[in-house]
Amino acid sequence: MKENKDTRVVVGMSGGVDSSVSALLLKEQGYDVVGIFMKNWDDTDENGVCTATEDYEDVIHVCNQLDIPYYAVNFEKQYWDKVFTYFLDEYKAGRTPNPDVMCNKEIKFKAFLDHALALGADYLATGHYAQVREVDGTYEMLRGVDQNKDQTYFLNQLSQEVLSKVMFPLGHIDKKEVRKIAEDHELATAKKKDSTGICFIGERNFKEFLSEYIPAQPGEMQTLDGEVKGQHDGLMYYTLGQRQGLGIGGAGEPWFVVGKNVTDNILYVGQGYHHEALYSDGLIAVDANWTSNDPPLEPFECTAKFRYRQEDSPVTVIPKEGGTYVVKFHERERAVTPGQAVVLYKGEVCLGGATIDQVVKENESLTYVG
Amino acid sequence: MESIYLDHAATTPVHPQVTEAMISVLQETFGNPSSVHTFGRKARKQLDDARHTAAESIQAKDKEIVFTSGGTESDNLAIIGAAIANQHKGRHIITSKIEHHATLHAVEHLESLGFEVSYLPVYNDGRVKSEDVHTLLREDTILVTIMMVNNETGVVQPIRELSDALKDHQAYFHSDIVQAYGLISIDVRELPVDLLTVSSHKINGPKGGGFLYVREGTNLNSQHFGGEQERKRRAGTENLPAIVGFQKAVQLADEFRSSRRTEYARYKQLFLETLEKEHVDFKINGSVEHQVETIVNLSFPGMNVETLLTNFDLSGLAASSGSACTAGSVEPSHVLSAMYGGNDPRTINSIRFSFGMANTEENIVAAAKRISQIIERLS
Repeated sequence: MKENKDTRVVVGMSGGVDSSVSALLLKEQGYDVVGIFMKNWDDTDENGVCTATEDYEDVIHVCNQLDIPYYAVNFEKQYWDKVFTYFLDEYKAGRTPNPDVMCNKEIKFKAFLDHALALGADYLATGHYAQVREVDGTYEMLRGVDQNKDQTYFLNQLSQEVLSKVMFPLGHIDKKEVRKIAEDHELATAKKKDSTGICFIGERNFKEFLSEYIPAQPGEMQTLDGEVKGQHDGLMYYTLGQRQGLGIGGAGEPWFVVGKNVTDNILYVGQGYHHEALYSDGLIAVDANWTSNDPPLEPFECTAKFRYRQEDSPVTVIPKEGGTYVVKFHERERAVTPGQAVVLYKGEVCLGGATIDQVVKENESLTYVG
Repeated sequence: MESIYLDHAATTPVHPQVTEAMISVLQETFGNPSSVHTFGRKARKQLDDARHTAAESIQAKDKEIVFTSGGTESDNLAIIGAAIANQHKGRHIITSKIEHHATLHAVEHLESLGFEVSYLPVYNDGRVKSEDVHTLLREDTILVTIMMVNNETGVVQPIRELSDALKDHQAYFHSDIVQAYGLISIDVRELPVDLLTVSSHKINGPKGGGFLYVREGTNLNSQHFGGEQERKRRAGTENLPAIVGFQKAVQLADEFRSSRRTEYARYKQLFLETLEKEHVDFKINGSVEHQVETIVNLSFPGMNVETLLTNFDLSGLAASSGSACTAGSVEPSHVLSAMYGGNDPRTINSIRFSFGMANTEENIVAAAKRISQIIERLS
């Protein structure tokens, strides 16, 4: 076993408080810590300010406070090819992709991990709220202790090989404590606002951003019975269960998006939060990853999340041919959305996850959801 | 592990005699050279002395030297100042894609003001050709600017041929000689150039100093507005400590020119020999026969510049890949892109090593051995 001082840990530093405190904790534990900033996206705003430059300035500041070396690495091309292209393709297909899951899978814990290992790192650390536990040579990924911040949903694609090389120094503490540590050490990022939304869009208007890459095709909003209720601005701007931005007036309950027809460019809408069409009792998932590297062969019971920060729901997972899985819900679920991840848990352990390909009700695929 | 500096083309250590000269100015000569009293006259005398040293180093007249804050300012002043002052004669400028950003971004700025810019082609050997100037030269060309030694490859450009080609044309000829000065002897009495850029910190002088040589009679607009310093070509109180430090660096460069060249050539040879002995797979970018002693740019097939540079630094080796870019990440070199095309792997697997005062034969060999270990681990 290497001593901490001989163990090199590369910390992925974003310029935020979480990764700053991760680096600080590792440094305090005596590791050979190296801070690296990833530049995945080239953006310069109308004032000529590049957010990546601002963030990198914060990385420099914090690394100087911690007295650790810092570097940057550019993954713009890989990010474009592996994450952004997927992101656009999914929207074009009428689905709602999760670029953070893909970024973790292809960039942070693949390209960046390879880079860290090429620098002689023993481990890669990030500021994610998740935990890794080794049990007899097998690595388990556990939820972060701060249930409100737990990020295993986004990390569901990590494998044994990856888990054996990663450290999540914040997994066992909660966000309030992280802020407090940053403030106690007067870290430059202690009071920095958490980033929200999709990283490459940032604070910008989502609709405007997307329209720069995919031509918007306005079309009709209809009920599932074919009654025209108005015009939509382009299917990609809407997601299942969404209420905002429909602009349908009139009496009764508010209107919600209940589905999409990509072929005919129709947005389906329905009245009421609990509209029947929004409910399903199962899903079919593809591109599954099992954190144990051991795909299940028999049906089993566990809990699942269909979107980030949702409560777990009890489900039955049934393996099918060709690596697909049927996930049956014990209770009906509202607005399960194709393109998002379904992530499975046994207690605190994240078993893995997959992409929601189809949504099912009473053994029928809901073709109208997109 | 001992840190080894192989990045003298970025900046150089300050020579102890330079430091000494500067401390003496800081302690004893605080006067403003423009003041009409004893304190001012004392400062003015030192400024004039320094100007004389700078002028002598290229056989120029004292009044042809404009002290600036360094290479970038000299390039900007030469290019923008000459373009603005001569726009009544034409608005066409010729340069190349391998110039320093201080030149490239200055001509881009002029483009935004309505000037036209043509770029001389750059060949595989890292050089431009003087005969191409005739193709690009127009009646309304007012300025040609080409560097003497490229800062990334160390390749010497055909400055004499270029300047000869312009002899009977109205266009001024400017050359950024930052990487050449101190190595290559320059005599403006017989080299027909109008403007030359020199930087202090590349020759073991302090940062924040440099000069622009402006041939007598050259029409140049000041880019600074204020007092009448530097014959109205560069307003602002002179940075006397830097100028005197620079003067000392110039004196040392002149005195030890040939011994330094021999010494640095030996370092480069030893460096390359050791890499070869250690069986490192590398290629030299640009013409070997036209390279200065201080710089060599190596391509390591199959490697990645960011991984290499970070590994080098983690093992105490300081080198670089030309120009750093936004947010600390490294962009493909614009110089190698101009030489080989933007998609050539050499643009992302090449490192510049540059030798100088911080080197010894021992640390050069040690550096090459460390590089070989890193490359072997990554292969």
